[in-house]
Amino acid sequence: MVEDMSNATISETTARLRQSGSVVSVSLSSDSHSAADNSQNDLIMQSVDLQVHYGDFLAVRDVNLAIHKGEITALIGPSGCGKSTIIRCFNRMNDLIPTAKVGGKVFYKGIDLYGPEANAGEVRRRIGMVFQKPNPFPKSIYDNVAFGPRVNGKPTKAETDELVERSLKRAALWEEVKDRLKQSAFSLSGGQQQRLCIARALAVNPDVLLMDEPCSALDPIATARIEDLMAEIKSDYPIVIVTHNMQQAARVSDRTAFFNTEIGANATRPTGVLVEYDTTRNIFANPTDTRTEQYISGRMG
Amino acid sequence: MSSVVSAQPVVADLHDTTSRARKGLDKLFLGGLWMFTLVAIITLVTLVGTTLLKGYSRLNWSLVANFPSPFPGDAGIQAAIFGSVWVVVTSGLISLFIAMSTAIYLEEFADQRSRLNKLITINIQTLAGVPSIVFGILGLAFIARGWLGWGFTVGTASAVLTMMVLPVMIVSAREALKAVPSSLREGAFALGATRWQTIVKQVLPSAIPGIATGSILGVSRALGESAPLILLGALAYVSSNPTGFASDYTVLPLVILKYTQEAQEEFQAVGAAAIIVLLMLLVALNMIAIIIRDKSRKSW
Ligand SMILES: Nc1ncnc2c1ncn2[C@@H]1O[C@H](COP(=O)(O)OP(=O)(O)O)[C@@H](O)[C@H]1O
Ligand SMILES: [Mg+2]
Repeated sequence: MVEDMSNATISETTARLRQSGSVVSVSLSSDSHSAADNSQNDLIMQSVDLQVHYGDFLAVRDVNLAIHKGEITALIGPSGCGKSTIIRCFNRMNDLIPTAKVGGKVFYKGIDLYGPEANAGEVRRRIGMVFQKPNPFPKSIYDNVAFGPRVNGKPTKAETDELVERSLKRAALWEEVKDRLKQSAFSLSGGQQQRLCIARALAVNPDVLLMDEPCSALDPIATARIEDLMAEIKSDYPIVIVTHNMQQAARVSDRTAFFNTEIGANATRPTGVLVEYDTTRNIFANPTDTRTEQYISGRMG
Repeated sequence: MSSVVSAQPVVADLHDTTSRARKGLDKLFLGGLWMFTLVAIITLVTLVGTTLLKGYSRLNWSLVANFPSPFPGDAGIQAAIFGSVWVVVTSGLISLFIAMSTAIYLEEFADQRSRLNKLITINIQTLAGVPSIVFGILGLAFIARGWLGWGFTVGTASAVLTMMVLPVMIVSAREALKAVPSSLREGAFALGATRWQTIVKQVLPSAIPGIATGSILGVSRALGESAPLILLGALAYVSSNPTGFASDYTVLPLVILKYTQEAQEEFQAVGAAAIIVLLMLLVALNMIAIIIRDKSRKSW
């Protein structure tokens, strides 16, 4: 039901944008990476020749990625290859870095995220994000989850209560915190804080969830809980996850993108490139690129 | 030793191996620190003690209820207390407002890399180090006389103290905003919050303790300030409380100056009692700063 509602809003927006002639239609068939087992309709996001500069430094280039509904897409690769940079392009968090310049395009349901019709705030509401280090607000558990709905509208007390409960349940945290919603979010353990951040992101009912190494600060048990949670919600919230942990990518993701760095012709610092993007099974069982094979077999990075 | 023992070499010797000289040095250093702290405390206690002894006889209601009088037994400092409160509260509020706006603009909106921003930053830091008498001269030339011509009034004093306190307040407000972790801003932005929502609902609440502490330090400085106000007519004989920005005024540091210079012991007692009042006000201000800091820490 929830899904239906958000789809309705999106198609309204899309229709409005189409009328104003600002929608760039994307030819999905040209996407050589997209797996054969999915139809075009399953696409929710797509990057086309995406590249990012920090000042004069080209951090990552030529990234063509397609994000599918109902799936977890993992971005893996050695550190510094631009995984965070790329994922931050997917909800325009790079806008906050003054030196960052984004080239190429990122489409979300056919809308160019960097086009004139896209508002950064609205983009971030539709495409949620969870960060590497749990970053709950210095507020109560309740107020953490309620923050998103409150900045995006004026929910009544009853609506907020309901949303907070639903989001916490969705993030598998409700049972642990239902008796202490008014307590500080900092009273939670690291793993609970991260699930709170997931609940907080889900409370605005996004269409996509971006996660940048969400488990790197957590112990194995807390990590396993987050991974279970991801598998549970992926049908409603497609997930893009950056991870430095190849086992994690193999365990949870449906598709994997392998990034690597290379030093360009007249560059001094290495630039990230997307080496291979395929179903996780193919990436790990029979990668086409030797660099991928070396990386996943632990001979590189 | 037997061969049984030597088969298992002793690796864990838990005896203290710190050399005796080193330990002595540690003790000496600690003792030195204690001594300096003691010197500071003794000085403070002596100062407050002698002042108390001197002013004790006048530390009563008539001190704060009365206006100046030629008879030392009747002389009070009400006009100075009200003058100080007027000048400090108005300049404090005005500078807090300007300092917050400036700090928010410079930290949250302005391009940190721009040359203009760097120039402004250096300027503010320099202004924070300018001796207060310079602000007094500036106020005398451009506010009391000349261009604005406000005369020796509460308004002039308030404006000059605002100028004096502003740089310090801006610097401390900027530091408080800088200390708010960027992960907090990212978290808010990632939920679709606008820049204003992020600032008002996340950044400012986190920065309030720092801003409050810095502002109250600035206000304390204004409360104890005398140099610029000597130039601005506060040394005058004032026998009524200010009623507005256009009123005559005097302030506590200056009545203290006046009374402690008098030849008669009884007048000196009034001065000493006034010092105690000023000290109590300063302590009260600092208590407020501490309370605000604790409150905002506990509020979630
Ligand atoms: N804010 C920034 N300013 C300048 N360079 C940056 C910034 N963030 C990242 N970089 C650089 O961009 C490259 C990619 O970084 P990042 O996206 O964080 O990689 P990863 O997440 O794969 O470790 C690195 O060389 C890094 O030093
Ligand atoms: Mg990273």
